[in-house]
Amino acid sequence: MIKSNIKLLVLSFLLIISFRPLQSAEMVDPIKVDWSFKGLTGTFDRASLQRGFQVYKEVCASCHSMQYLSYRNLGEPGGPEFSEQEVKAIAASFEIEDGPDSQGEMFTRPGKPSDKFKSPYPNIQAATAANGGAYPPDMSVLVKARKGGANYIYSVLVGYEDPPPGVTLDDGVYYNKYMAGNKIKMPNNLMDGLVEYADGTESTVDQMAKDVTTFLAWAAEPELEERHKTGVKVIIYLVLLTILVYLSMKKIWSRIDTEV
Amino acid sequence: MSEHEYTPKSKAGKWFNDRLPLLTLGAHLTDYPTPKNLNYWWTFGGILTFCLITQIVTGIVLAMHYVAHADLAFASVEHIMRDVNYGWLIRYIHSNGASMFFLAVYIHIFRSLFYGSYKSPREVIWIIGLMIYLLMMAAAFMGYVLPWGQMSFWGATVITNLFSAIPLVGDSITTWLWGAYSVDNPTLNRFFSLHYLIPFLILGLVVLHIWALHVPGNNNPVGIDIKKPSKDTVPFHPYITIKDAFALLVFMIIFAGFVFFTPNVLGHSDNYIPANPLVTPAHIVPEWYLLPFYAILRSVPDKLGGVILMFSAIFILFVLPWLDTSKVRSAVFRPIYRQFFWILVIDVLMLGYVGAMPAEGIYLVLARVGTIYYFLHFIVVMPVVGYLEKTDPIPMSISEPVLTGGAEPSLARKVNDKV
Repeated sequence: MIKSNIKLLVLSFLLIISFRPLQSAEMVDPIKVDWSFKGLTGTFDRASLQRGFQVYKEVCASCHSMQYLSYRNLGEPGGPEFSEQEVKAIAASFEIEDGPDSQGEMFTRPGKPSDKFKSPYPNIQAATAANGGAYPPDMSVLVKARKGGANYIYSVLVGYEDPPPGVTLDDGVYYNKYMAGNKIKMPNNLMDGLVEYADGTESTVDQMAKDVTTFLAWAAEPELEERHKTGVKVIIYLVLLTILVYLSMKKIWSRIDTEV
Repeated sequence: MSEHEYTPKSKAGKWFNDRLPLLTLGAHLTDYPTPKNLNYWWTFGGILTFCLITQIVTGIVLAMHYVAHADLAFASVEHIMRDVNYGWLIRYIHSNGASMFFLAVYIHIFRSLFYGSYKSPREVIWIIGLMIYLLMMAAAFMGYVLPWGQMSFWGATVITNLFSAIPLVGDSITTWLWGAYSVDNPTLNRFFSLHYLIPFLILGLVVLHIWALHVPGNNNPVGIDIKKPSKDTVPFHPYITIKDAFALLVFMIIFAGFVFFTPNVLGHSDNYIPANPLVTPAHIVPEWYLLPFYAILRSVPDKLGGVILMFSAIFILFVLPWLDTSKVRSAVFRPIYRQFFWILVIDVLMLGYVGAMPAEGIYLVLARVGTIYYFLHFIVVMPVVGYLEKTDPIPMSISEPVLTGGAEPSLARKVNDKV
């Protein structure tokens, strides 16, 4: 009786769920990419992370901040895993404002691995003013902050198109198939051959979009690899313990006439 | 509470127990006679205790690193996620723990509804339980505000604005709640303070909840009174403890699945965007466990009416023991009520679903139908079905599910006479 009721329950719930709203015409589901970091044991592609950092540094970083990351993160396990020397060199290539010194003056010095990523603008207002009234969002947790995650970010990067007939765009507004509302103030910054990858990979738009999205996915979830590894161990441990406790329970309850 | 006297074996134990009978309490808790036919729906009390302790322990650690300031809160959460040792694990346990807590509490409440555990003589257990549930909702709502993301800010704005619907003093009350003229830094500070306080209030109520439970003892799937201790009962330890442990472990596997493999699936992506009072999100939705009430709130075109209806949806549960007129506890023997019970379950799930959807078109219609049925179930169905329903024959005891007498009949006999 209860079983058939539960069946009925599940069926009616599925029925309700299937009443999805008709997709509004211009919104397109993001492209599904088979990311290496997907799934229960997913890990980041180290080479892709390093290339992605290069794209970020040479293209995105001129407008987008990544204020919650430090240069040292680039050398930590589970990330791009640059060597210590490389991390120091990357950090030192930025001029960081520090201070005040003993005279009360602010000064600049070469960056250290412990410094946070240098932001391109001093504040949100400056960033907004410099970008036609649209604030380029901080990219530290961007992948977690968008429905669709990495698939969505990648789709937007490759989703620039000419507007369909009848759609007129203001100056500094671009048409993007995957962006909510299809209007985006970020121009299409990726062109084939834009960056020169150190490892010789051909820098097509698709390749750069994938690499930089991988990098952003790591930036948003730097703990992902450790989380997956720990999770598998925790689940195995819990399952074994559950079996042991189940057998103990059966044994204890066998003393009386009731089933468990 | 229990009939037998307990005497500690050791001299020191006796000396201490004469002054503070903690050992007697311990003996009572281990010997506590429990119906032997409790099914797995009865394991959620233990699971909920585990959830509360988990939230308190992880919460205390998070509070050591969190900064309750409008300019710093979001960054301090990222600091926890990136720089604190295993900060990501502690925070994900805490945020998913809230969802698991509510999952368990909803199962616990619906179990009580199905088996009539709220009925005499267990009304006080039920009412204390509802108070715990109310405090849980308050704690969860305020906790969701603390990361100071977009949903935090706008969720807080929507919910606190509900109080402005109160005639005459509404606006003053809202300003008083905010500590400012909008949701702002003072609001965040007081929410943090209360979010830290409420779990300890819940802990106190949990003690009362269990105390009140140990007076009449557990209800059971058959729903009849049983003699305690008897061949119908087993001592709490080891029989119930091992069974609770097994159920808890299964629950923990699901919990761990969320924490380690989809830690953000139950949250809203907008909450990783820092709070911005100038940009309203396209859809403001509360966490999933509050959605049925959100649907009821929005189903009424009038703001005050919606607020009244939403709070009524919770407070009507407080008088449930007196709305239910049936003398039979367990729905196992109530063929008509049982059908209505499942309709209510579907109704609440549907309300939860439409609560997540925009309040327009078919969703608004469904929300209204769902809201009307929700109240009809408690105000009309429960009293009327209780009177009219012809219940199935009830066994005399758990050990003898056939009608051959024995054990303690009390409730069973009365009902069978009627049948």
